[in-house]
Amino acid sequence: MWNLIKPRAATLRLWQIGILVLIFVFWHAMTKPGLLPNFMFDNDRQAAFFFGEPLKIFERIWVWFVTDADIYIHLYVTLAETLMAFGIGAASGLGAGLWLALSPMASAILEPYIKALNSMPRIILAPIFAVWFGLGMASKVALGVTLVFFIVFFNVYQGVKEVSPVVLANARMLGANKKQLLRYVYLPSATSWVFSSLHTSVGLAFVGAVVGEYLGSSRGVGYLILQAEGQFDINTVMAGILVLTCFALVLDGAVSKIEKRLMKWQPKAGETEKL
Amino acid sequence: MAHDAPSTHMKPAIELRDVACTFISKDDPGQRYTAVEQVNLTVGAGEFVSVVGPTGCGKSTLLNVAAGLLAPSQGTAHVFGEPLHDVNTRAGYMFQTESLMPWRTALQNVMAGLEFRDTPEPEARAQAEDWLRRVGLGGFGDRYPHQLSGGMRKRTSLAQTLVLDPDIILMDEPFSALDIQTRQLMENEVLALWSGEGRRATPSPKHSASEGHQRKAILFITHDLDEAIAMSDRVVIMSAGPAARVIGEFTIDMARPRDVAEVKKTPRFLELHAAIWAVLREEVLKGYQQQLQKVA
Repeated sequence: MWNLIKPRAATLRLWQIGILVLIFVFWHAMTKPGLLPNFMFDNDRQAAFFFGEPLKIFERIWVWFVTDADIYIHLYVTLAETLMAFGIGAASGLGAGLWLALSPMASAILEPYIKALNSMPRIILAPIFAVWFGLGMASKVALGVTLVFFIVFFNVYQGVKEVSPVVLANARMLGANKKQLLRYVYLPSATSWVFSSLHTSVGLAFVGAVVGEYLGSSRGVGYLILQAEGQFDINTVMAGILVLTCFALVLDGAVSKIEKRLMKWQPKAGETEKL
Repeated sequence: MAHDAPSTHMKPAIELRDVACTFISKDDPGQRYTAVEQVNLTVGAGEFVSVVGPTGCGKSTLLNVAAGLLAPSQGTAHVFGEPLHDVNTRAGYMFQTESLMPWRTALQNVMAGLEFRDTPEPEARAQAEDWLRRVGLGGFGDRYPHQLSGGMRKRTSLAQTLVLDPDIILMDEPFSALDIQTRQLMENEVLALWSGEGRRATPSPKHSASEGHQRKAILFITHDLDEAIAMSDRVVIMSAGPAARVIGEFTIDMARPRDVAEVKKTPRFLELHAAIWAVLREEVLKGYQQQLQKVA
């Protein structure tokens, strides 16, 4: 029996799902009122109050997606904010990174400001953005952009600085002009650095959107969570978190997929061809 | 020389006059290092010249000056009579270390130079495929550099350089990372391609004016004296650094075509080797001593 389910490549998924099921079973056992004798709280409903009950959480999600089908507008808003923040932040980070890495003077002048902006706790800008851009989607996108931008920016900057000088000299000898160097050498070389940052930044774009909604909005999953929290409805809060986590995983998977396609030139350890 | 001597009216392919290169440490501007000094070096059109010298004598520095990648602190570089200011557009450069773009396949790497020159894509592809075949990599065009062996990557570099049909080829110890067998193979291939065997597609009558022009000038940097003698028309010897200079020059009067393995067994080769080594030996020891002192 053990040999059949021993952890190996083929049973990887099984184990991953098994752990998930185990967590929910444990959660259910600890919180379901009356299932186990009380040993932590005075009242057998208190555990459910603090931690929520998995069954009720799933019920909540079911209601959101199927029975009432009222989460879609909120999900749409949150995902749209995330994707916009991600896109704008990554693109501007890439552009600024390339520019500053290729003009040493500009980077020398701006260095203290970039350092200051980066070390500033940027989440605190959320209320200011709400004042500037209103309570709609723009303020959330702006917050997400400030989070994503710096991650991508620093990675591209580093990536350009670490372009192999030999590859660069070779391209110059082959007749590449400045524009061609940028397009054919710097950009592809920086791409590998960008992708390593995109996994972090897609998560941060999500954080920006949800935190922004949480601080003031009329739509979005962050708004749903805030509403539920106001009513001490811990099950709905947990359901919101679960939904957000799932979508963050999907986005991360999408990034991995694009990365795999664009980065197929990168050597992978132990790659052999089966003939 | 067995092959046609470059016609006298032609300007030399590369002419370095009184070149000196001093590097200044970025962290400490007081720290200076003069790599080469008072170097005069001429490579005629169609001539194969090797530069040998102890490690760290500034051979690569000279090559970078000839390539236009490095501006000399003093002196001038002329290419076919024109003073060199920017990158040397008439030269191809084979680097010592990996120089292929890892994000491009072998074929795309060979095509790169043509793309930079705005050659139409189908034509560039056809030429690149042709050159890949000529260096023996016919079926490997779609491989990425990391999927190729060291020797195959060097061949790709060679094709990448030759596809542009440069008048000058600069080679910086291109085969030093290869094993001895692959190395001999590559050396023979380079000689064959250089002497025109690889250009059978465009037949030109011997002794014609175009012949001398078609043959490329090669400036070959190596620390391997055998390689230098076996391949070149002329071997230039440099002293140990710092402030290395040219201390000797030997014309290699052995018949071509040569096979680099076979030619090493001929008496003339051994004679030349002994003569050059007599000059080089002291410098190698000096260079070695200096390195020991640096460590200590």
